[in-house]
Amino acid sequence: MSAHNGNGKVAPAQFPPPVNPQKEFIKRGLDDEDELIEVGVAIVGGGTAGLACANRLLQLLADDPETMERLGEVPVAVVEKAKTCGGHNLSGAVMRPKPLEELFGEMTREQWREEGFAFGEVKKEAVYMTPSSKVKLRIPPPPPFKNHGNEVISVSALARYQQRIAEEAGAYILTETSATQLVVEDGRVVGVRSGDKGRGKDGEPLGNFEPGTDIKAKAVALAEGCWGHLTGAAIREFDLAKDREPQVWELGVKEVWKVPKPLDRLIHTIGPWPLKVSSKYGQIGGTWIYPMKDEKTGDDLVSIGFVIDLEYADATTSAHDLLQQFKTHPLVRGILEGGERVAWGAKALPGGGYWSMPKLTMPGALLIGDAGGMVDTVSLKGVHHAINSGKLAGEAIYAALARGESNFESYEQAIEDSVTGKELYEVRNTRQPFQHGFLQGGPIVNLAIATKGLLPPGRLSWHRNDAKPMFVGNTAKSYPKPDGKYIFDKLSSVFITGNATRDDAPNHIRLHKNVPREIAETWRWMCPAGVYEIPEDAPEHGDVDVIVNYTNCVQCGAITAKGGRLTTPEGGDGPLYQIL
Amino acid sequence: MANILVYALHYDGAINKNSLGAVSEGAKLAAEIGGEAHAILLGENVPQDLAATLGKYGAKKVLVAEGPEGLAQPLVDAMAAAIQGGGYSYALFGGGLLGFEIGAGLAARLNAGVAMEVTNVRAEGGELIAERPILGDSAISEIKYRSDVGIIIGRLNAFEIKQSGDADAPVEQLSFELSPQAQQATMVTRGEQRGADVDIEGADILVAGGRGLGKAEGFELAEALAAAFGGNSAVAATRAVVDAGWYPYAAQIGQTGKTVSPKLYLAAGISGAIQHKVGMQSSENIVAINKDANAPIFEFSDLGVVGDLNKILPKLTEAVKAKKGS
Amino acid sequence: MKICVLVKEVPDAAVEKKLNPSTGRMDRSGEKNLNPYDTHAIEAAMQIKEGGAVPVEEIVAVTMGPDSAVRALHKAVSLGADRSVHLSDEAVAGSDVAATGYALAKTLQRESPDLVLLGQQSDDGECYTIGAVVAEHLGMPSLTQVIKMDVESEALRCERQAEYGYDTVQIKLPAVISVGDAINEPRYPSLKAIMGAKKKPLDSVTTGDVEIDASKVGGDNSAAQWVAAKAPPSKAAGEIIEDEDTDETVEKIVAWLDERKLI
Repeated sequence: MSAHNGNGKVAPAQFPPPVNPQKEFIKRGLDDEDELIEVGVAIVGGGTAGLACANRLLQLLADDPETMERLGEVPVAVVEKAKTCGGHNLSGAVMRPKPLEELFGEMTREQWREEGFAFGEVKKEAVYMTPSSKVKLRIPPPPPFKNHGNEVISVSALARYQQRIAEEAGAYILTETSATQLVVEDGRVVGVRSGDKGRGKDGEPLGNFEPGTDIKAKAVALAEGCWGHLTGAAIREFDLAKDREPQVWELGVKEVWKVPKPLDRLIHTIGPWPLKVSSKYGQIGGTWIYPMKDEKTGDDLVSIGFVIDLEYADATTSAHDLLQQFKTHPLVRGILEGGERVAWGAKALPGGGYWSMPKLTMPGALLIGDAGGMVDTVSLKGVHHAINSGKLAGEAIYAALARGESNFESYEQAIEDSVTGKELYEVRNTRQPFQHGFLQGGPIVNLAIATKGLLPPGRLSWHRNDAKPMFVGNTAKSYPKPDGKYIFDKLSSVFITGNATRDDAPNHIRLHKNVPREIAETWRWMCPAGVYEIPEDAPEHGDVDVIVNYTNCVQCGAITAKGGRLTTPEGGDGPLYQIL
Repeated sequence: MANILVYALHYDGAINKNSLGAVSEGAKLAAEIGGEAHAILLGENVPQDLAATLGKYGAKKVLVAEGPEGLAQPLVDAMAAAIQGGGYSYALFGGGLLGFEIGAGLAARLNAGVAMEVTNVRAEGGELIAERPILGDSAISEIKYRSDVGIIIGRLNAFEIKQSGDADAPVEQLSFELSPQAQQATMVTRGEQRGADVDIEGADILVAGGRGLGKAEGFELAEALAAAFGGNSAVAATRAVVDAGWYPYAAQIGQTGKTVSPKLYLAAGISGAIQHKVGMQSSENIVAINKDANAPIFEFSDLGVVGDLNKILPKLTEAVKAKKGS
Repeated sequence: MKICVLVKEVPDAAVEKKLNPSTGRMDRSGEKNLNPYDTHAIEAAMQIKEGGAVPVEEIVAVTMGPDSAVRALHKAVSLGADRSVHLSDEAVAGSDVAATGYALAKTLQRESPDLVLLGQQSDDGECYTIGAVVAEHLGMPSLTQVIKMDVESEALRCERQAEYGYDTVQIKLPAVISVGDAINEPRYPSLKAIMGAKKKPLDSVTTGDVEIDASKVGGDNSAAQWVAAKAPPSKAAGEIIEDEDTDETVEKIVAWLDERKLI
């Protein structure tokens, strides 16, 4: 066998997606005045971060009618590609409550629960190691895992609430609308362009074709979440990642179960089972099991999820199937059995932390939430940073616009000085050592945690996920067989997301459609939604075709970490997550 | 008197099968609540002997009204006139498009309660209670009437045809006046057949295609499979694809199409909406292939296959051919 | 010509429909959307307006429902309606199809439309019937399940599938027509239209405003009374095959058919 078609010599980075972000996703100059729509502030992405920005802005504008007036008829517009805000949002999620308490000062946590986005305060918690498929070992929670007093929430439900508040305060929420281009004029972001609707498989306009529109704005906030389509283009256009570490990514797959008896504690497990943590396989990940009490229905729910660094080397690694496998552990069976799965979803998240955060501002625009890489993957916390950064962005934009200026740079320092800057700085060097393997990196990780970030000193670097060579290993051999009741396959999972992507919509996923088997297998197994297939008659080794069932896509974004590129689908397509 | 007035649709010299079911059901229910079932026909020169045959299905009397055929509002006028004449507690309709329209109009005219898509009616304390499946047939709701007259619109094929005797029923001419609105609609052409004529009602094996076939050409896969089965097999279609022009009207199954009960019904890319289900649910064996695991059809199929038709149908066709050859 | 389009807010197709155990009625919480069939009715109105055979002065979207139904109206005007009317009153909550049709007819009466269009069915319950009820109260001719409609002078030429084939019916205006989804392919609203939707006039009316007799509407006054909901007789669940390896799947299908002597 030649080296070329051997197993384990190719990295996804050798097959960069056929895409030119700056050319395709940056539009130079606005359309004529009578063709465009003018708004005050355009926020791209109606998740918790973007809506926190809208919520805060409108609070400030409510007390300043003069500035509100100056922003015109549409002071704040939120562009959201899902059918509703929250439709594409997913997180664990156990949240540090403070930023949300600050954002909605008059609301109690009891009211959060009545609104249906919060599900109870953490009173008891446990961390387990799972040395094997049968055994669990309870360990004292490492400091980053302490969650006492935090709140279990659903971001897809929270975003819906924030949307309602924003609309009541005067925001225009443009759901079912993709932002496909960033409009740049004279080195400055001046707006975004919405996507076309009604194109066929090959991009041809159909009978009901409706072209997109330029949205001109005095300020643009990019809150697109993980792997923002315009964020990526902006980072290149304005060189925002200069002197930073590359971003790295993780992928989480989550289910919500209705259970017969309430779970009394918050649980995290840190493996190693079912992962292979040797440096050859490079699988680093963990799980969560959170209790959720639905105040509206009285139901006892459980959120369970598996999250894995997209740094692994075995192409047959599948977060979805690992979650199914994890569910076979007696620890999990004891909690879920007799229950019913009510929701499923998947989402990638940025894992690089402090050193991988791009510069957050550029002329005319800024980055918030996951788009700015503000996730702490050591303590598994991102929601409060999303809210905090949205809130600070709202304040920075307001301050500038109220003064009649358009410089948002004060936001950078505000982030640095806030809980987000401080917490992310503390764990800035904690997770990089794992890129050398769980066992090799473990001691340094512990050192970083024990010293609250004082050691190791300096800046530890990351390498890109797609630079990791892939091989076809045997992780998949131990995935359990779906029974449709407790263990589920990918397709039946996608169906319960309410995914309503039009069958004849154009493909929104860019990648090479003929690649070495290692790369094709990586995509096939990684994708939680079963988007990628390899033809049955494809050769065992060498290059194979990749079939892309893009209508299954749930917009998780993982493909971008491993050699593809997710772009925005037609507005309204994709899943409709409800309590994820 | 707790009499039941039953609408009987006729066309081309024959009474509609669903109407025969409704008359049979009406006769049974009337007996249980101490009344009679009367049928009503409307048309231009309705043959008296045709009307009289409804006696065999239990009608004690048949009313015949003169008026334009195929439209609902003249029947609303005629039935309202009959009911206002006294003695009727319920109006009953078999499945079909006109029944929905007449029943709804009559409810408005008489301020009466109406239940539609009814699959079962039972008598309790001299009153009728209608049962209607809801939420994709996952639950059954029960409807009682507070009004003087209750209107019951059956689901297609819900009521069994039962011949209860040989005697003709007496036929009475009903005189009534057409309302102004009933005079505003004119039938230009009725019962036009579009597309090729195919016989699906007599087939033992039906391969039925829906939107899931993707396009008109998708039916070639269904036709190839039907051909592979050979013998008495045919291809059928859902209303959605017939209306879209992918397949001839004569092959349509369901609410406004044909009702079939072949030995094997193989549904390809059919979601299984109620309107389709009512036309094929009495098939002996139902096999469904659909890529949507949540398609309602899987709830009433005997074998469900979740997968891509374009992959499965060609291979299944080959396998069936091979099997038949062996 | 003035066209009124009846629209309705229904649970999104992606939302699992279930019963509220305490009322026995459908649980209407969760994501809602404009009834897909109604978008075809709006498109049909737009095509008449744009077709130019008759001048259309106005297209008015009309709904009845809770506060959230305003969203369905916004969607309707973003698709082309000029303004909207919302009958919003606790008194009509829980109305059956006959009472709903009466209330809608009274609301329409104030508008004196030349043509009332609506979708032939909604995903969440009543089907095919509401148009006929409304027409009767308005004293207008009606036709349901129409899949082709041409405007002639003072009349419409409509086609539909009925029990014995395709019927073509000529209907004089004013009339009430319910349309099927084969009648057209609805357009997408432009972003400008979506943003402009909130600015188009929305008239919110109560039962008193449109002279609805309150003793004829609402759950307690409806003539058809839902007394209970029960589970349907259980049917043995069929076998399910998930296609992973198509050769294997086909083998299983053939074996299944063979066992039953169907090949």
